[in-house]
Amino acid sequence: MRRTQNGLGPRMRFDFALVASRLPEILQALGLTLMIWIVSLAAAALLGFLVAVGRRFGPRGLDHLLGAYVELFRGTPFLIQLFLLYFGGPYLGLSLDAIPAGVVGLSIYGAAYFSEIFRTGFEAVPRGHVEAGECVGLSRAQIVRRILLPEMTMLILPATVNMAIILLKETAVMSVITVPELTSTISAIGSEYYAFVESYSLLALCYWGLVELCGWLGRLAEARLSRYRFATS
Amino acid sequence: MTEHAIVVRRLSKRFGHTEVLHDIDLDIKQGEATCVIGPSGSGKSTLLRCLAFLEEANAGTIDVYGKPLGFSEDAAGRRARLDPASIRAVRSQIGMVFQQFNLWPHMTALGNVSEALKTVRGVPRAEAEERAMIQLRKIGLEDRAGHYPAQLSGGQQQRVAIARALALEPKIMLFDEATASLDPELTGEVLNVMRALAADGMTMVIVTHEIGFAASIGRRIVFLDKGRVLLAGTAQEVFGKPRNPRIDQFLDTYLDRGAAMLI
Repeated sequence: MRRTQNGLGPRMRFDFALVASRLPEILQALGLTLMIWIVSLAAAALLGFLVAVGRRFGPRGLDHLLGAYVELFRGTPFLIQLFLLYFGGPYLGLSLDAIPAGVVGLSIYGAAYFSEIFRTGFEAVPRGHVEAGECVGLSRAQIVRRILLPEMTMLILPATVNMAIILLKETAVMSVITVPELTSTISAIGSEYYAFVESYSLLALCYWGLVELCGWLGRLAEARLSRYRFATS
Repeated sequence: MTEHAIVVRRLSKRFGHTEVLHDIDLDIKQGEATCVIGPSGSGKSTLLRCLAFLEEANAGTIDVYGKPLGFSEDAAGRRARLDPASIRAVRSQIGMVFQQFNLWPHMTALGNVSEALKTVRGVPRAEAEERAMIQLRKIGLEDRAGHYPAQLSGGQQQRVAIARALALEPKIMLFDEATASLDPELTGEVLNVMRALAADGMTMVIVTHEIGFAASIGRRIVFLDKGRVLLAGTAQEVFGKPRNPRIDQFLDTYLDRGAAMLI
């Protein structure tokens, strides 16, 4: 194989034997990425759900307040939000280590999107289904739990899988605040050996693999839920 | 003396600046089927939705077996919203059937009928399902218990919706154009269930376009026009001659429509 000379240092010699030698480090980073992703995803979904419930059932003032939050966090890049939280937080008495800051930041960022997914889900359930629940005496909480959530799960599943994928890829941004996740670890190995193309290709493959896994889980869930697939009236 | 199940006094309802119901007075007698008819936009459905407390009236009172529904009003006309527990207690005596059935699509027929027994009344699952099964048997859909709404015909869905309301053993049943979204050949099965209920002495308020059905089932007919009760009485009094000219006009358009369907 022809090797290129980049003139800045030793010849590029990133190969898979090298990857194997750094495998424990890479696997650890992969584990951290997964952990950050799953925790943030769960927190974002839960927080987003609460925001959507607050906006739908709470007083008008709360709706405006939460609406402003959604606009703000959807309207600015995650990178900037994370910088502000990590570097600006201490000025406001909020000092977080890199990993917690990343998780908190991604959760709040994702929740803004999730609240909109849940809001459209709530709105997609016909009003009459809720009224039927009121008429048989279901409380508001029971209507959410027994009617709205199960009915809309099928409708919002594709959007939820999309959001999970986006959040997974956003974990890469955490490399800029020194979280030793996949991107920061593999790009550091790449820099060490001047093997940028190889390292970033490997990185892309890792994310792609995880995204495919996520998509597969989504399809599995969709198949399970469609057991009672309904032709909406 | 027949006890009044529902007493409506000076009920008014506005949507924005449009007054949909104007000073409605209405007595629904215990054990009687009352049919509410009238042209589109006359406020029939709004009246029924007020009785189900799905709409909150702007003025006036609704008493159900002597207890105010939703609001109380003193002699000076000051309205006070009642506490949720009392609203729930009064509402629990009323069952509602919708034009669009409104079955929950993620639950089977049995699930739909047993849901409120389980979650609202706290009946154990096995007993709730047993009681739901009795209701399904009554409407002849025992063999469809495990079907989801999408697997049922419109008429079957509406019958399940009726069973869902009946499972809670309400004292009053409200029907909001229960057959209006069904194919003509499917209306019969639903009307038969309603006839059987009326024969059992269920107190019913039925908003309907089926004039013939109204005349045959309704011990009392209420004709609504532009948000007011134009006429209320027996079928004979409302449809018999000499007839109120407004009702003549309504029946004419109704017959026109019927004739148009034949051509």
